[in-house]
Amino acid sequence: MTEPVINLAAGGTWRRAPLSFKARLGRFSLQRAALRRAATPIAFLLLWQTASSLGWLPPRAIPAPLAILLAARDLLASGALIHHLAVSLLRVLAGLGIAVVTGTTLALLAGLSRLGEDLIDPPLQMARTLPFLALVPLFILWFGIGETPKVALVALGATFPIYLNLFAGVRGADPKLVEVAATLGLSRGALIRHVILPAALPNFLTGLRYAIGVAWLSLVVGEQINADSGIGYLMMDARDFLRTDIIMVGLAVYALLGLASDQGVRTLERTALAWRPAARLGR
Amino acid sequence: MSLAIQEVADTQVRGLIRRFGPTAVLDGLNLDIPTGSFIALLGRSGSGKTTLLRTLAGLDVAEQGSVIVPPKRAVVFQEPRLMPWKRVWENVALGLPYADARERAEQALREVELSHRIDAWPLTLSGGEAQRAGLARALVRDPDLLLLDEPFAALDALTRLRMQALVAALWARHGMAALLVTHDVDEALLLADQAVVLQRGQIGLQLCIDLPRPRRHGSPEFAALRSELLGSLGLTAEEAA
Repeated sequence: MTEPVINLAAGGTWRRAPLSFKARLGRFSLQRAALRRAATPIAFLLLWQTASSLGWLPPRAIPAPLAILLAARDLLASGALIHHLAVSLLRVLAGLGIAVVTGTTLALLAGLSRLGEDLIDPPLQMARTLPFLALVPLFILWFGIGETPKVALVALGATFPIYLNLFAGVRGADPKLVEVAATLGLSRGALIRHVILPAALPNFLTGLRYAIGVAWLSLVVGEQINADSGIGYLMMDARDFLRTDIIMVGLAVYALLGLASDQGVRTLERTALAWRPAARLGR
Repeated sequence: MSLAIQEVADTQVRGLIRRFGPTAVLDGLNLDIPTGSFIALLGRSGSGKTTLLRTLAGLDVAEQGSVIVPPKRAVVFQEPRLMPWKRVWENVALGLPYADARERAEQALREVELSHRIDAWPLTLSGGEAQRAGLARALVRDPDLLLLDEPFAALDALTRLRMQALVAALWARHGMAALLVTHDVDEALLLADQAVVLQRGQIGLQLCIDLPRPRRHGSPEFAALRSELLGSLGLTAEEAA
């Protein structure tokens, strides 16, 4: 967060106050806001821990926060968590990489030519209505139970949001700017490079954000079937031994990974879309 | 119709016809824009002013007639139409086929008094600054024909006056032909050698503006030309005041 947001929030009064005071007030109220927003989760955790300590919650169903923390420490110490995390991350990265390349290629082909649109868009629009997670049994038959079906599932799910958003972005490029490019004598290649692609970049990044969400979701499903490594496997294995605390650790890891990758795209947006006033305000 | 781009500096339009649906917006229009002249194109909305400008820019294709234009043309639109993802100088330099494009862009930005915003993002510019950047983008191409499509219409009154003076100075210095589409009779009288009023798809009035420069609104000759132009647009001076 940066100054302008604060000033907007604090600037409701019409009477002129000294700016430094206003800024100080703004910073103070920002800190208070952050504290306020953290209050509920912290209270929830405290309540949870208390209820567990008092024996109100059966540990087999819901282990205490401290027990989950201890389980996480043990998994970290044994290296198991890092190992499975690395496997999961690699699967998502490979799947996402394939999805970005495929989705971008298809969207550009469909977005930049009518022929491409007629050939590519209908099958993709049809395929996208299919709940792709229902393909898991088919993928296992096709690709066996190794890495391939898991990566393929991630790749398939993540391709659609990238394709759909980028295609819309390419088609949505401001015709007035396209006209300017014509008066400046830009070639078709230069038009695509300087006008259409930059215009579509915000949409691409939105698509990427959705794609990352779908990628983690696909991974969870993929790793719970016939896996011998990965966070999903860790959780399934824990279920067999009734280790609810390890399952909870797995859930927390998934949540943190999702959060981190979302933050990553936000950072990417701030650098790549520095020209947008919203990006400078930190939104 | 043919849009012939020739190595001439004079622009020539003959028998231009452009229909939108059943109505002919331009209906056999003839117009000459000699080298170095400044023509203001007036007319009610829908009279085909912008269509004519877009035809000369190569953005619109008419059904019939012949148009001869010089190869180097540049357009300044009503909205600045800058690429928001390119810095000001990159916008000005966009499409320039020279190795020293940046220097040329900076030079053009100096001419429009925008040196201090060379590296700014377009969305941080004020309306007047953005329009000056648009003007620099046109100037840097060293056009033989400068097409101005109501470039001051969206600016506040003070900014508009400064921009008009700037355009007058740049035109005097560079000596290109200029075509200014405008609604503003005073603006036409301030800048142009010739005011052309479009009526029913043709030239209804062609008025020579032979006033000494720099021009002032107050003079009696100015007032006489003003009421003549207003009259051809179907207004009296009192109505326009």
